[in-house]
Amino acid sequence: MPSFYQPGDYQAITPEILLTLFGLAILALDFLLGRGEKWWNALTALLGLGFAAAKLIMFWREVAGQGASYEAFGGRVLLDTFGIYLNLIVVLATALVVLMSARYLEIEKAHHGEYYALLIFSAVGMMLLASGSDLIVLFTALELMALCEYVLTGFLRGSRRSNEAAVKFFLLGAFSSGLLLYGMSLLYGLSGSTRLGPIAEALSHRPANDPLSWMAMITLLAGLFFKIAAVPFHQWTPDAYEGAPTSITAFISVGPKVASFAILLRMLFSAIEPLAAEWKTLTIGVAVATMTLGNLAALTQTNIKRFFGYSTISHVGYLLLGVVAAADGERDGLTAVIIYLLVYAFMNLGAFAVVIMLRRKDLIGDDIDDLAGLMARAPGLAILMLVFLLSLAGIPPLAGFIGKYYIFLSLIETRHYLLAVLAVAYSVVALYYYFRLVVAMFMKPALTHDPLATSAGLRIALAITLAFTLVIGIYPQPFIGYAQEAIRPFFG
Amino acid sequence: MVPLAHVLTLSAALFVLGVAGFIIRRNVITIFMCIELMLNAVNLAFIGFARHLGSLDGQLFVFFVIVVAAAEAAVGLAIIIALFRNHESLTIDEIDSMKL
Repeated sequence: MPSFYQPGDYQAITPEILLTLFGLAILALDFLLGRGEKWWNALTALLGLGFAAAKLIMFWREVAGQGASYEAFGGRVLLDTFGIYLNLIVVLATALVVLMSARYLEIEKAHHGEYYALLIFSAVGMMLLASGSDLIVLFTALELMALCEYVLTGFLRGSRRSNEAAVKFFLLGAFSSGLLLYGMSLLYGLSGSTRLGPIAEALSHRPANDPLSWMAMITLLAGLFFKIAAVPFHQWTPDAYEGAPTSITAFISVGPKVASFAILLRMLFSAIEPLAAEWKTLTIGVAVATMTLGNLAALTQTNIKRFFGYSTISHVGYLLLGVVAAADGERDGLTAVIIYLLVYAFMNLGAFAVVIMLRRKDLIGDDIDDLAGLMARAPGLAILMLVFLLSLAGIPPLAGFIGKYYIFLSLIETRHYLLAVLAVAYSVVALYYYFRLVVAMFMKPALTHDPLATSAGLRIALAITLAFTLVIGIYPQPFIGYAQEAIRPFFG
Repeated sequence: MVPLAHVLTLSAALFVLGVAGFIIRRNVITIFMCIELMLNAVNLAFIGFARHLGSLDGQLFVFFVIVVAAAEAAVGLAIIIALFRNHESLTIDEIDSMKL
C-alpha cells in the first residue's frame, strides 16, 4: 500500500468532490437570493449534477469493455462499471427530484436553499456507498446519506406528520446503523482488515458453521435489510413515506434504495461471498415475506404515499429474488436486479411527479380520492399516470415488464420454480391494486376542477421519466448491454 | 492485560442492553440514548479487536463512529425538539397521527 495517495485517487472521486462543492455553493448562494429567486438554487444543483453525470460517463467509457477497475486510495474506493452505473442512476434520480421540487416547495412555503444542498450531500453519500470498498468508507457514506434524509423528511417543521415521520425514520435508521456497525466490527475482528477483499479471503478460511461468522453475517444483513425496507424491518417505510414532503418521498423511494442495494450487493458478492449458502436461505425467506406483506398491505391503503410505500416494499421483494438467483451463480439474476433498479427509478419518479401536482394551497392531495376524475381534469396527465402504473405492475411493452421478466427468467434458470410461480401470482395481485388508482382516475367523477400545480420542471421530469419508461420497454437491448457490463466486477 | 474475550463479552452485553432498551423504552430521548449505547458497545469491540490484532484500522474506525454519532446526535436532537414543539409529548405511543 502506498504511503501517500496518488493524484489519480482524487480524480477517481471527482464527481463526488464536484457535487460537494456545488452543495456548499448553494448554501452560500442562498443568502444572496430574494424570496422569489430561490429557483437559482435548483439551477445550481442541476448544473452540479450535470457535471457529475458528464464525468461519470467519461469514466464509464474508460472502464467499460476492458473489465478493468481502478482501485483508488489503496483499494478503499473502487472505480468499476458497477459503481459507475449505480452512481449514474443516483445522479439522474436526484436531478429529476430537483426538477420536481421547486413548485411543490413554494406551495408548502418551505423553499429554502438548504433543501437542495441536503439533496446533493445525500447524493454524494449514495455515490460513495456505491463505489466504496472499505467498511469505514461505506459506513461514513451510509450515514452521510441517511442523516441528510432524516432532515429532509422533517423539512416541513410546522407539520405534525412531517415531524413524526422524521422521528420514526431517524430512530429506526440509527438503530439499523447500530446493527450494521456491530456486524462490521465482527468482520473486522475476523479478518483484521476493513477492506472487503481481505474480509472475503479471511472468511473463506473459517471453519463451516463458525458462530462468529454467522453472527457477523446476521447483524450485517439485518442492518442492510432495514435500509432497503425488507420485511421484517420495513415498519418505518409507510410512515416515513406518508409524512415526508412528497418530493422527498419520491427521493427516498428511489435514491437510498439504489444505493442500499449497491452496498448490499457488494457485501453479499464480495465480503461475505464465502457464506453464500447461508445468506441465500436467509434471503429467500426475507424475499417471500417482503413480497407477501408489500403486495397484501398495498391492497387496503387509502393514502397514495402510503400506498407507494407498500408498493416499494413489494418491488424490494422482487429485487431480492433476483439476488437469490444470482447466489446460484446465475449472472442473469444480477443483470435483472441492475436493470430493475434503473427501471424502477424512472417509473416510480414519474408516478410521484403526477402525485406532486395534486398538491394545492388548500389541499394536501395525497388521498387516492384526490386522483378522482383526473381524466376529466387533465387527460394528458391521467394517461401518463396510467403508463407509469402499468409499468409498475409489469405490463409489456413497458419498462417494468423487462425488469420483472428477467427476474422470473433467472429464477426459472436456477430451478426456483416455486419462487417463480409465487412472484407471478403476486404480480397479479399488484395489477389489482395499481388498478384501484386507475379506476379512481378514469371512472370516478372529479371532486374539483381546479387546475393542477404544474411547472416547467415537473413537465421536463415527466417527459424524461416517460421517455425512459417507454424506450427501455420497447428497445431494451442497449440497457441490457450496460447492465451486463455493470455486473462484470462480480462475474468476471 | 485484559483478554479479548472479556472485552467482547462486555461489548456484547452493552449492545444487547441497548437493543433491549430500544425495544422496551417509550420515551424518545431514552430510546435515542439506547442507540448511543449500541454505538459505544461497537466502539469497545473495535478497540478490543484492534489491540488483539495489533492493527490501527479498528481504532481509526472508532474515531469515525464517534464523529458520525456526534452528527447523529445533532440531527436527532433537532428533530426531537421540533417534535416536542408540535406534539408537546415525547412518549412514542402518543405520536400516532398516522395510522399503523
